[in-house]
This record gives sequence, C-alpha cells and structure tokens, in this order.
Amino acid sequence: MDWSFVLTQTLTQAIGIQAIIYCLAAIGLNVQFGYTGLLNFGQVAFVAAGSYAVGVIVLTFDLSLWLAILVGIVVATIIALILGIPTLRLRADYLAIVTIAFSELVRLTVRSIAFRDVFGGAQGLNGKLGQDFHDTNPLPADFQSLPILSWTRQDLWVVIVGWILVAFFTFLVWMLVRSPWGRIVRGIREDENAVVSLGKNVFAYKLQALILGGIIGAFGGIVWAVAKQSVQPDTFRPEFTFFAYTILLLGGAARVMGPVVGAILFWIVLAGTGEFLGQAIQAGWIDFLQPTDVGNIRFVLMGSGLIALMVFRPQGIFGDRRELALDAK
Amino acid sequence: MPSNDTVPGARGEAARAALADIEARPGVPKPDAIVIADHVRRSFGGLTAVDVEHVEIQRGAITALIGPNGAGKTTFFNLITGFDDADEGKWSFNGRQVAGMAPYRLARIGMVRTFQLTKALSRMTVMDNMRLGAKGQTGERFFAAIFPFLWNGQEKSIAERSVGLLERFNLHEKVDDFAGSLSGGQRKLLEMARALMADPELIMLDEPMAGVNPALKQSLLGHIKTMREEGTTVLFVEHDMDMVHDISDWVIVMAQGSVIAEGPPDAVMKNQAVIDAYLGAHHDAQLTETGEALTDSADGDPR
Repeated sequence: MDWSFVLTQTLTQAIGIQAIIYCLAAIGLNVQFGYTGLLNFGQVAFVAAGSYAVGVIVLTFDLSLWLAILVGIVVATIIALILGIPTLRLRADYLAIVTIAFSELVRLTVRSIAFRDVFGGAQGLNGKLGQDFHDTNPLPADFQSLPILSWTRQDLWVVIVGWILVAFFTFLVWMLVRSPWGRIVRGIREDENAVVSLGKNVFAYKLQALILGGIIGAFGGIVWAVAKQSVQPDTFRPEFTFFAYTILLLGGAARVMGPVVGAILFWIVLAGTGEFLGQAIQAGWIDFLQPTDVGNIRFVLMGSGLIALMVFRPQGIFGDRRELALDAK
Repeated sequence: MPSNDTVPGARGEAARAALADIEARPGVPKPDAIVIADHVRRSFGGLTAVDVEHVEIQRGAITALIGPNGAGKTTFFNLITGFDDADEGKWSFNGRQVAGMAPYRLARIGMVRTFQLTKALSRMTVMDNMRLGAKGQTGERFFAAIFPFLWNGQEKSIAERSVGLLERFNLHEKVDDFAGSLSGGQRKLLEMARALMADPELIMLDEPMAGVNPALKQSLLGHIKTMREEGTTVLFVEHDMDMVHDISDWVIVMAQGSVIAEGPPDAVMKNQAVIDAYLGAHHDAQLTETGEALTDSADGDPR
C-alpha cells in the first residue's frame, strides 16, 4: 500500500485541472442559482459552448485561440438569451425544464454525423487546440515536476492560469453580490414580485445573471479544451451539471467561496476514495472488488456523503443554518 | 412616534373638503383624479372577475376599496398595477395612459403597491429590504456595480433615509435582523416602509390590516394618515369596516366585479346596495332583529 501515492495523487487532483473546470461551472451556477434563484439544469451546455468554440475555431477554421475565447463568450451569451427570453418571464420550473433539454440537444447536435465536418461527430475534435496558450508558457523548458504535485510543465501552466481565472471570477462575483445589483438579484431569489413592485426590471436582471453565469461556465469549457487539447461530446452529459450542483451545495450556495472550497472537497473525496480503493485492491486488502469497480464505488461514496451533508449540514460548509431555517415566504 | 389620533391633519381636511360635494354614485368624476379607469374587464374562463365601467381615484385622499370576498378588489389592484393583464379597458395615471405598461415601470412613475400576503424578503436584512426600495440607484447597473466608488455616496444617503423611515415605523432596532425573523405585523410595517422608499405618488395597499393585532392596527392607521399628510395618495383594500370608516376620505364598493357604490364612508355604509352586497338582499326578510342590528352598525356607530 503506497500511502504517499494516494496522498499526492489526491492532492494533485484536488487542485488540478478538473477541479478548476468544475469550480468555474459551479461559480456560474452560484450566480444563477445561489444568488438569483434561477434553476439552470443545463450548465453543461455553456461549458460545451466554451470547449467547442475553441475546438471549432482553432481546428475546423484554423484561427487563433484568442478569437476562440471571444467566440466562446459570445456563444454563451447567445445561449443564455435563447434559453432566458422565452422562460424567464414564466415560473422558475420552466427554465429548469428547458435548460436540461437544451443541454442534451447541444450534445446530440455536436456529436451528430450531419455536422461531423464542423464538430467532429462522436470522436470530437482532437489536435493542438491550446497551442497558442501553451506557447506563452513561461516555465523553464527543462521543468520536470513540482515536489509533491505531479503536473507536467504544460498542465502546471494551465493550473496556474486556471486558478487565476477562478480568483478573478470569484472576486467579480464578490464585488457584484455586495453591490446594489446583488441586492436586487437576491431579492429576486426571495420573491420577484416584491422586487417588481419596487420598480426593478426583474426580467433584465435575471437575464444578466443567466448570461454572467453562462460565460463563467464557458470559461470552464475553454480551460478544458486548452488543457486536454481535445473536445469530446460525451463528456458534456447532464451529470456534469449535477456534479457542479453537488459542488455548489457542498461549499454552500450563495457563498462567494462556496464553489471554490466545494470543488476542492469534491475532488478530494472523489480522487481520494478512488486512489485509496485502487491501492487497497492492489495490496489485497479488499478482495470483493475488482479494480474496474472503483470508478463506480467512489460515486456511491460521494452520493452517500452528499446525503449525509443534506441531513447534518444542509447549508453546506459556509452556509448559515439560521438562514435556511427562515421561512422562504 | 407618528400621531395616532383620529383627527385628520391639514391635508386630510383638504381631501375631505374636496370630496364633500361630490355626488355619491358609482363612477362619479372627481375634481382632481390621479387614476381614471374605463371599461376595465378581466375574466378567468367563464367567470368575469372584474368589469369596471368607470372609476376615478382622487389625488391626495385616502380611498378605500371594499367589497365582499370574491368581489374582484385584488384582481382590480393587480390589473391597475400591471401585475395581471386586462382583457380590455384603459386607465391613466397622472394623465398618462398606462394600460399594458410593465408593472416595474408603473412603480417607477410613482404607483407602488403592497401585497395581501406580505412579501418581506426573508433571507435579507431589514436594511437591505429598505435599500431595495430606493429608486434610481447607480449601483444597480451591472457595470457600475463593480466599481463601489460610483455608488458608495448614494448608498450612504439611502441608508440614512432607510433609518429615518425605520424609526418612524418602529423597526429601527431590527435593522440588521433577517426580515424572515420579524413577526407578521412587523413584516406589514416593513413592507409599507419599503414601499415608501420608492417615493410613491400613489401607494396601493392590499389588505394592510389582515392578520394584524388591534394595537398594531392603531399604529398602522396612524402611518397611513401620515402618508396622506405627506402628500401621498392612498388606495387600500380592506374588510374591516371600522377601520375604513375611521381613516378613509372616500369609499368605493365593489361586488361581483363591478363598482356598485361610491361615496364618503358614512353615506356608503347606509347605502342599501352595499348592505345587500355584503349580507344578501333578503337577509332581513324573516329575522327582523338582525335587520335592526344591521341598521345600527350601518349608521357608522363604531360600537
């Protein structure tokens, strides 16, 4: 049993690229769901928009990555408008239904044979997607590895910039929610008619929150495409959105640091149990499981953990239980 | 503390004087109307909830909108404030046609309402509830929100105004509490104070006294009179006849969706159509004692 391997692997993943991607998606959800009360069950569509913007612009059209990032932001905005304009005047449930359906629609469209020339079909887009970014890597060319964290030179550069992005968006959200703008969106979460009766254009604020959350999610997708140098349609399944919600609830919704701590914790649990079980099976401690079971078992453990969280600490790590106890109306 | 006496102030006297010689009949024109509604109709399937031919609301006065349950008072409120869409009809506010206008825009031009089921924003502090009411805040714009120096000054003056109003409504000790931790009556007060933050020209209160204890009722009455003294026009829906009699300058009675009577409180309460609407046309056919008891209270004798 190699404990140091379990620990270093867990730590590397806990603050690694996957954690950053999910963290960005969860920050977006925090704006939409945590603060504004919008039930967006299709966050993965925004992530896919970011990833495919990079894939299509860089690979299919052979243009610059920086243009692709701009396109990703624009496409995320357009998706938010398409989803928001018809549904945000209606009750909250309609947005939930439309977004989850739309996210599958996006995935099935990009993986369809009809658009294989543009989106690459089921194989997705693979190639030097993030080259423009990796060319800017300031790390020494003979860089081997950090002491404990086992990233390659390329991954480390993505991780550094990724966490800077997380810090930037976290700061942006913090600035926004403590402003009068944030006061309005929190008011909308509590009771939108009350906010309307005070002369605020609730529809416009909901749309702004949906767009902002979508753009932050799209940055998750951009990081993904740049880091993996590949865009795969089937990574954008609805469970991505549910993991992002898990992260948000773990950290505490409507808390600025919630998504960050939630993402790290999520990957500590997921990677930690995975690595531990893998090592334990190899060492012969557990004989009733096969190495191939590990991937599933860790989600069973994660699910149990989430249930326990809801029972014993429904407000998440940072939440305030008194707030939950208040009757919503 | 606001004055809770029943003697109207200068503006109250003026409002009553202005309405003194108006004929008490449904749809009567007012000398200085702030709201004029024509042919407002709203039906839900086969049920016509509101069918108001013509009604005017006098500026600067306290007007009560009364009627039995299901008379369409709240629906009429919702239509006028834009929270529900009328099937037909038009109405003006301050001489401006506002039918079909979005409710938030109506609130911006000075028509602010409260709700029958109080809408305190529970998981926000009392102070944040109040600040939300203020109009024209720079920091409410997305890009300005990121730069606090653009709105810090305004935020301070809004906070000062909030504290002033909260003191008047006796909520100043609750400034930092969650609105959800307030009692039902305090929430009513908060909602009223919050509506005043939006500088309404016309404040529309939907059953402000519902579920409020008698002691607090007195102070709410005082607050409503104070609003009139400050020049705000008040229109409110209410069931409590004593209260209507006490504070309103003019009473509009609705039944089955239409305005059936109008007039000063004393006259309206003697009106046979109103008594019939509340109690049924044949309520005293057999039991004469009930009839006598009714005539007593209809005289406006508050027992």
